[in-house]
Amino acid sequence: MSACAKRCKHGLVKFAVSVHKLVTGTLNKDKVDDDLEMTMVCHRPEGLDQLEAQTNFNKRELQVLYRGFKNECPSGVVNEDTFKQIYSQFFPHGDASTYAHYLFNAFDSGHSGSIKFEDFVTALSILLRGSTREKLQWTFNLYDINRDGYINKEEMTDIVRAIYDMMGKYTYPALKTDAPKQHVDAFFQKMDKNRDGVVTLDEFLLSCQEDENIMRSLQLFENVI
Amino acid sequence: MAAGVATWLPFARAAAVGWLPLAKKTMPKPPVDKKSRSDEILIVNVSGLRFQTWKNTLDRYPDTLLGSSEKEFFYNEDTQEYFFDRDPEMFRHILNFYRTGKLHYPRQECIQAFDEELAFYGIVPDIIGDCCMEEYRDRKKENQERLAEDTEAEMATDVPLPPNSTPRERLWRAFENPHTSTMALVFYYVTGFFIAVSVIANVVETVPCRPPKGSVKDLPCGEKYSVAFFCMDTACVLIFTFEYLMRLFAAPSRCKFMRSVMSVIDVVAIMPYYIGLVMPENEDVSGAFVTLRVFRVFRIFKFSRHSQGLRILGYTLKSCASELGFLLFSLTMAIIIFATVMFYAEKGTKGTNFTSIPASFWYTIVTMTTLGYGDMVPNTIAGKIFGSICSLSGVLVIALPVPVIVSNFSRIYHQNQRADKMRAQQVRGRGASSALALFTHLSLICKCGFFSPQDHDSDSAALCLKNRSSFEHQHHHLLHCLEKTTNHEFTDELTYSEMCMTESVGYRTSRSTSLSSQQVVSSSCCPRRAKRRAIRLANSTVSVSRGSVQELDTLQVLKSSAVPQSRSSLNARTEDLKLNCEQRDYTAAIISIPTPPANTPDESLPPSPAVPGILRNSRSISSFTHETVKISSL
Repeated sequence: MSACAKRCKHGLVKFAVSVHKLVTGTLNKDKVDDDLEMTMVCHRPEGLDQLEAQTNFNKRELQVLYRGFKNECPSGVVNEDTFKQIYSQFFPHGDASTYAHYLFNAFDSGHSGSIKFEDFVTALSILLRGSTREKLQWTFNLYDINRDGYINKEEMTDIVRAIYDMMGKYTYPALKTDAPKQHVDAFFQKMDKNRDGVVTLDEFLLSCQEDENIMRSLQLFENVI
Repeated sequence: MAAGVATWLPFARAAAVGWLPLAKKTMPKPPVDKKSRSDEILIVNVSGLRFQTWKNTLDRYPDTLLGSSEKEFFYNEDTQEYFFDRDPEMFRHILNFYRTGKLHYPRQECIQAFDEELAFYGIVPDIIGDCCMEEYRDRKKENQERLAEDTEAEMATDVPLPPNSTPRERLWRAFENPHTSTMALVFYYVTGFFIAVSVIANVVETVPCRPPKGSVKDLPCGEKYSVAFFCMDTACVLIFTFEYLMRLFAAPSRCKFMRSVMSVIDVVAIMPYYIGLVMPENEDVSGAFVTLRVFRVFRIFKFSRHSQGLRILGYTLKSCASELGFLLFSLTMAIIIFATVMFYAEKGTKGTNFTSIPASFWYTIVTMTTLGYGDMVPNTIAGKIFGSICSLSGVLVIALPVPVIVSNFSRIYHQNQRADKMRAQQVRGRGASSALALFTHLSLICKCGFFSPQDHDSDSAALCLKNRSSFEHQHHHLLHCLEKTTNHEFTDELTYSEMCMTESVGYRTSRSTSLSSQQVVSSSCCPRRAKRRAIRLANSTVSVSRGSVQELDTLQVLKSSAVPQSRSSLNARTEDLKLNCEQRDYTAAIISIPTPPANTPDESLPPSPAVPGILRNSRSISSFTHETVKISSL
C-alpha cells in the first residue's frame, strides 16, 4: 500500500513539475546548455618508462594497450557504468552487471570510482604476467568484497551468484536455484581448512596450490596479449 | 564498436582468472594466434593522397575489401603501398569507419557516388551510424524516386516508334502522347473542349431562366431548353464513348487499362446517360435517375489527362495517404469526444439544438475547422467552456499534418518540373545520353557483381572461414571458460524448452538407474538430440568420476550412483565431445548474428557452412552493443 502511495505522490510531483515547466517555458529560455556541459575529466597516465618498470609488459605492448584504451576512453578513465556496459557485451546471454561491479572494484585498487590506465595495466600485468602467488592473491582480493582479509560464505555466495547470472536463463542442464549455494559449499569444503567458516589468504593459497587443475589453468592465460 | 570490443577482450579474458578457483573442471586451451603479433603501418594511396593506418585497424572488418586479402590485388610492389584509383575525399569516410566503427554520410556528397564507393570497398550501407542514417535514407529515397521518374520519362515514348508498328500501337501512342502527331493533338483539344462544354452544360442546366409565356414560376434552363441540352449531352457522350472505345481498342493490356483510374472515371462519366436512356420515365425511379446525374460531374476529372497539376495533386494525396489517415483518425477521435461532452453539457437547456450526440457532431466539426456557422451554439457556461477548448484544439489538430502534406506536394511538384525540363532537353539530345546512362548502369552492376565480397559461392565462403577473426576464437574461448566454471552450458531458447519437456520424461524413466535405461532414455527422443544428450551425460559423469564431489543434477546423480562406466569408454566419449565442441565452436562463432530467435534453432542444429553468417558478420561486430547475440548450443 505504501509503495502505491509513494508512486502516486511521485506521479503528482512529476505532473506538477511538468505544469510548472509548461508555464515558465514561455517566460524563460530553456537552460539546455547546462545539461550539455559535462565535466570533462581527462587523465594522462605516467610516462611509458615508469609503467614499464612497474609492470611486466614491455614498451611495445604498453603502446598497443594504451592505443586501444585511449581509443575507447578518450578521457583516460573508465567509470563503472561504462565498465559494466563493456563487460556485458561479452556475455550477451545473461546479466553480467553484478560480476562486472565486483570486477570493477577489484581493478579499481585506489577506490577512486574510475579505472585509469595505470590500474588497468597493473591488473593485466598481474593476471597475465604475474607469478602464481600474485594471481591467486588478486583472485582472493576479488572474492573478498569488503576487503577485510577474510572470505565468508555470504561474499562467496554473492560472487558465485553473479557468475551464474552471466550464464543467463537458457542453460543445459537447467539452472537450479540452489546451484550457487551448492557451488559455494563445495568451495568452502575444499578451501576452508580449519572449518572456521571463513577462508583466509593463506588457506586460499594453500588449497589452490594443492589443486592441480587450478595450477594448470593458471598457465593458460599467458599469451592473451 | 568493434574497436572497443576487440580492445577489451584481452582484459575480459584476463579477468577470467578470477573464475579459476571456482571452476569445477579445467579450462579449455585457449586458441593460439598464429599470426604475427607485431603491428605494422600500411600505406594506402588513393589517387595520390596517401593514407597510413595500422594493419590492425583494417583487420577489424575482415569481410570488406581492405580487411581481407582482396587488397593484395591492389598492392604495388614498387612503391610498397596499396593503390586505389578512387575518390580520395570519400576514402576519408571509409577509413574513418575502420577507425571508429561508425560510418558517416557526408552531406555534401552525392548519394550515388557514396553508394558506389561503399559497394567498391565492400561495406554494407546499413551500418551507417544513427547520426547520419536519416539524412542518408532521405537522400536515397529522393534519388530512387528521381531514378524512377527518369526511367519513366525515358520510357514515355518520345523516342520514335519502330518502323513496323501496328496501327494499334500508333493509336495508343497518339492517345498517350498527343504531341507526336497533329491528328492526336487535334483529337486531344477536341476532347478537352467537349469536356468543358459538358461540364458547363451541367452547370447551366440548373440556373433559373425566365419562365416561358404563360407561367409565373422560374424554370431552370435545363427544363426550358430541354431539347437543346439533350442534344448537347448526347453529342458529348458520343464523343466520350468513341474516345473510350478507341482507347480500349488501342491499349496494349486491356485488363490493365480497364482497371486504371482514368478509365473508371470515363465509364462513370458516360454511364448515367445510357442508364437514363434505358430507364423508363417512371416517377419512382426518377429520384434514382436524378442521383445518377450527379455522376456527370465526374467528367471534370477527365481533365486530369490534360492537366499535369491535377495529376500531381492526385499523386500527392496518394503518397500522403498515411498522413491523411492520421489526420482523419485524430479528427474523428476529437469529434466524438467533444460531441459527447457538448451533448451532456447542453442536455439541460430547454429547446437546445444539441438533441443527440450525432447532432453534436455537426457542431463539433464546424467549430474545429473554425467555420462557426452559428446554427448551433452552446448556451450553458460549461458548454461554452468546452466549446472554446474544442475550437482551440481543432486548430492544433488540423495544423499538424498539413505541413507534411505540403512538403510532399512541393517535392513531387519540383520533381515533375525537373522531369519536364529533362524531357525538353532530351528532345534535343535524344538517344546518346540514354545510351550512355544505360552503359554506365550496366557497368556498375558488373562491378558490383564482381567485386562484392558478399558472394555466395563456396570459394569466398572458404576464404572467409579462414579469415575469420581471432577475435571470434578468443571470445568463444572465454565463454567456454565460463561454461566450465559453472558446469552448465549455453543453449538457446528452443532447445531449452524442448529439453525441459523431455527432461521430465527422462526423469521418470531413469528412476531405475541401470545402463540400459540410460540407453532407452537416449533413444526415445530424436536421435540427434539423444546423441547430444548422451555426450553431455558422459561429460558430466566424467567430471563426477574425476573426483569433484558435487551434486550436479538430480538426473545425473541417480545415474552416477549406480552406473560403473569404464574409464576408456568415457575417454572415448570425451574425445567425441571435444570434436563436436570444436565443430560447433565454428558454427557458433559464425552464427553470432543479430537474428530474431526464429532463425537460430534452424541454424544451430546442423553445422552449416558459414554463408549466412558472413553477410552479417560485419554488421554484428559493429552493432555489438545493441543486438542480442544468440550463440547456438555448443
